[in-house]
Amino acid sequence: MGYLVPVAAVVAALLIGAVILLRLEADPVEALGVMMRGAFGSSNALMNTAIKATPLLFVGVGITIAFRANVINIGGEGQMVSGALLATTTALVIPELPAIVVLPTVLLAGIIGGAIWGAIPGALKAYYGVNEILSTIMLNVVAVQLMNFLLRGPLIDPAEIERGTRIPQTERLIDSADLPHLLGKLHIGPLVAVLVAVGAYLLMWRTPVGYRIRAVGLSQDAARYAGIEVRRTIVLAMTLSGAMAGLAGAVLVFGSESHRMVTDGSTAGFTGSAGFNGIVAALFGGLHALWTIPASFLFGGLLVGGLAMQRAVQVPSALILALNGLVVVFVVSSDRLRRRLLARDYTGRRAAPTSTNDPPGETSPAEAEANDR
Amino acid sequence: MSDLFTQAVFIAMVASGVRLAVPLLIASLGEMFGQRSGVLNLGVDGIMLLGAFSGYYAVLRSGSVWYGLAFGTIIGLLLGIVSAVIAVTLKAEQGISGIGVYLFGLGMSDLLFQKLVGTPVPISSFPKVQLPLLSEIPLLGGMLFRHSLVVYLAFVAVPVSMWVLNRTTFGLNIRAVGQNPESADSLGVSVARVRYATVIIGGTLAGTAGAALAIDLGIFQQNLTNAAGFIAIALVYFGAWRPLGVMAGALLYGLVNAVVLQMKTLGIIPLAWSDIAAMVPAIITILALVVVAQRFRPPAALTTPFSRGT
Repeated sequence: MGYLVPVAAVVAALLIGAVILLRLEADPVEALGVMMRGAFGSSNALMNTAIKATPLLFVGVGITIAFRANVINIGGEGQMVSGALLATTTALVIPELPAIVVLPTVLLAGIIGGAIWGAIPGALKAYYGVNEILSTIMLNVVAVQLMNFLLRGPLIDPAEIERGTRIPQTERLIDSADLPHLLGKLHIGPLVAVLVAVGAYLLMWRTPVGYRIRAVGLSQDAARYAGIEVRRTIVLAMTLSGAMAGLAGAVLVFGSESHRMVTDGSTAGFTGSAGFNGIVAALFGGLHALWTIPASFLFGGLLVGGLAMQRAVQVPSALILALNGLVVVFVVSSDRLRRRLLARDYTGRRAAPTSTNDPPGETSPAEAEANDR
Repeated sequence: MSDLFTQAVFIAMVASGVRLAVPLLIASLGEMFGQRSGVLNLGVDGIMLLGAFSGYYAVLRSGSVWYGLAFGTIIGLLLGIVSAVIAVTLKAEQGISGIGVYLFGLGMSDLLFQKLVGTPVPISSFPKVQLPLLSEIPLLGGMLFRHSLVVYLAFVAVPVSMWVLNRTTFGLNIRAVGQNPESADSLGVSVARVRYATVIIGGTLAGTAGAALAIDLGIFQQNLTNAAGFIAIALVYFGAWRPLGVMAGALLYGLVNAVVLQMKTLGIIPLAWSDIAAMVPAIITILALVVVAQRFRPPAALTTPFSRGT
């Protein structure tokens, strides 16, 4: 029963979406049909969905790591931008070498860029007690300004200055940094993202490092008593989380059709709000890296389908963002209900409804936080 | 550089800084009440965006800026009630549920704008009210006393907030519920009722702040607030949960933004470098967060939902 609660949350969000569509004088059944066909109805649609799901999956996997450590990383946007910036800069300075050398180098640069942007709030939290929600928000602001500065200034395409158009974008990046394509427009990004998700699953549930991260998330005091370096673990979790988002940023650049980094002056202009939508996917996936794979695919599909809906029934695709917000609200608001139901499932319906004897791993950061204080 | 320091330009710059601080100040004061009672409402930016669109739309249709401000405020009130249900009754994880409210506001305000308005049409802004006598003071008069009514009200709200928090029973209850909800509960204070009140105050003021922003700019566009709601939340920490500190933070942001704008329009710095300048308040805020974390403690029950008898 417990597992049905997130599904019910999505259904509820879609129902509200239907009401909004009705108010906007669009046919909800037609809109939903267009959305589903646009997202999953053809091989072309599936490829678009996979590409759109890729940054959500990277960010979402990073979120599962941070949230499991009871660190609320909402700096995915900034970490994506910083990863993309370091990767782009690297691609601009290294010479044209075989792709086998260039590609890993620039992707690693993306990972490092994101990792730095994650490590800063991690260290500020661990060593100075700074609330990570606020520091990651502020670093989002800093990252977007840094992006605007670099793309309008030092990294701008020289041709833009010559022509006088000054569009804030880099020149076309070297060919060897382009992500190889598997099939048509489908590049290797989605495949890499799935492999990263599997890797993160193994890290979190099959290695001592993952055990330490989860232990710190469940109870810092207990973890400390067990000899775990709590501060270092928090920094590590945030660094890993940022690294994943940084990789998402790099994949966005090197997988883009224009093969350059472009800004429109806002963060969302580059990330497509993946830094936030990745949180939606991770929550929907129960903060579990493997479940985040289908969750990202679903939410990527909603984004692609939203665009199809916009063309067919003239309802702006911003509706999808609004519905994603409702999914988050419903999932976290029903969290207590979900855990109550899960507890009942596990104890054969005999436990009291308020039992807190959750199976390990099903305890949310919220509860762990409550236990800490 | 001399252009920057002619008296007229300098006065205009400070005046615009004071004006730019207002939406942040209003939203931040509201958020402060929620946090003092133990609720971190992260949805401020989403509420501001919906308040901004509602205010803009109402002005567009009615022609009255006051009707617009009122409509944005009412939308904020409604979203405040929803936020309170989520945080207090449903006891949702506050750090995350607010992100949901934010995404909802971001998407919904854009959707409504595209569907109901389409191409941005400028609207009239708040009329300026020159305060008699005060506006004649050299320097200060031009900086502080030739603003719209909204600006004066926002700054009057600072001492009012101080009075409510520190001198009234309601304020005492807020602080008690934020520090030690168990004790407050055992003394007969309804934790839920107090938190409902503060979160609704916060939502209402966020709606007002959004509408004030849109009407002040005379325009609406997608993501108009550009994370101002999140900055407002950070300013509550920046100000160490005190109205005067919050005001100082809002003024810092407003003034730095005004200086950057001024430098851009005068062409003193190239456009690219103005982005670096625009980073300064965010970096100062991060440093301030470090200092505040060493010196002040947040309300002890912040982000912790309250359940009786657990």
